[in-house]
Amino acid sequence: MKHSVLAGLLAWAVCSGVQADSATDEIARYREMIADGNPSELFALQGEALWKQKRGPKNASLEQCDLGLGPGVVKGASARLPRYFKDTGKVEDLETRLMTCMQTLQGIDPKLVIDAPWGKGEKETMQALVAYIVTESNGEKIAIDMRPPQMKKMYELGKMAFYYRGGPMDFSCATCHGDKDKRIRLQDLPDLRTQAGAAAGWGTWPAYRVSNGQFWTMQHRLSDCFRQQRFPEPIYGSDVTIALSVYMAATGNGGTVLTPGIKR
Amino acid sequence: MANPMKIRAASKDGVTEVKVLMSHEMETGQRKDSSGNLVPAHFITELTATWNGKTVLEAQFGPAVSKNPYLAFKFKGGAKGDKVVVSWKDNKGDSRTDEAAIA
Repeated sequence: MKHSVLAGLLAWAVCSGVQADSATDEIARYREMIADGNPSELFALQGEALWKQKRGPKNASLEQCDLGLGPGVVKGASARLPRYFKDTGKVEDLETRLMTCMQTLQGIDPKLVIDAPWGKGEKETMQALVAYIVTESNGEKIAIDMRPPQMKKMYELGKMAFYYRGGPMDFSCATCHGDKDKRIRLQDLPDLRTQAGAAAGWGTWPAYRVSNGQFWTMQHRLSDCFRQQRFPEPIYGSDVTIALSVYMAATGNGGTVLTPGIKR
Repeated sequence: MANPMKIRAASKDGVTEVKVLMSHEMETGQRKDSSGNLVPAHFITELTATWNGKTVLEAQFGPAVSKNPYLAFKFKGGAKGDKVVVSWKDNKGDSRTDEAAIA
């Protein structure tokens, strides 16, 4: 009798082990199934139209926008962002660079983007533009140019922000993303300290979220990480968000860009 | 006017696979907004797909279908360059028709 209970327990233990594996497998299979129908494409379609559409007080399109590879070059551009831009003297990520272009080319005040709620007004325009641009870098390698000293400074700042503990729960980014094999519910949390982890994290955002039907840009993702830590939410496009992006992107250098991603 | 669909169609060994991504809110009519008011139902009710004018698929959709629905189906026949047309209607009388050439 005792023997069979033990055998039963053993069998249960083996089963639950198998279950954990197959749960992650199931998610992988689900991702594969919907990879073809990533609704990010719908946002990208709108973004492409917006890129070419004449808008703003200057009634101009964004087709002359220099994302780092020359005016109008979209292909592969986001795989190389954030980068240091000589014309503005700043390190810019995709979204802040787009704000720069919207201001200089179209005359659209960046405040309109910064102050809009997520997914509304000019932020809706932004998410569509981002969806289009990151789609054009799918399959490229993450290639962040870390030579400019401004990039190194941003990297150090980002690293500091990554390990900075605070808020009512005494959390830092590293609390969840500074260890291997961590999970939140069924979502694997990449270990952002490592090249593989950072590439998996950085390389799959921006993404479409199936659970709420929204397309999230990297700025949106980061802002929500701050909220989840119960930190005050950062200002859209502020230095700390770019610094964290530089830290992640540079750590993931060489990894594959799989944007736009698809998430729970 | 609704946003465009994304349609892909590819034929292999005499069978054509069509993949359609629709842009639609698909509101069930069960949800409440932040001020507690019911969000009115808004969903696709009918979908038709034709190949060179011949109907190959008819479907009735309901509120249980997700936002931005994805539909994949196969039919016998179809050659490169043939036209596949997909159209839907929703409960508010809006509709959308898009087409793609078989690759």
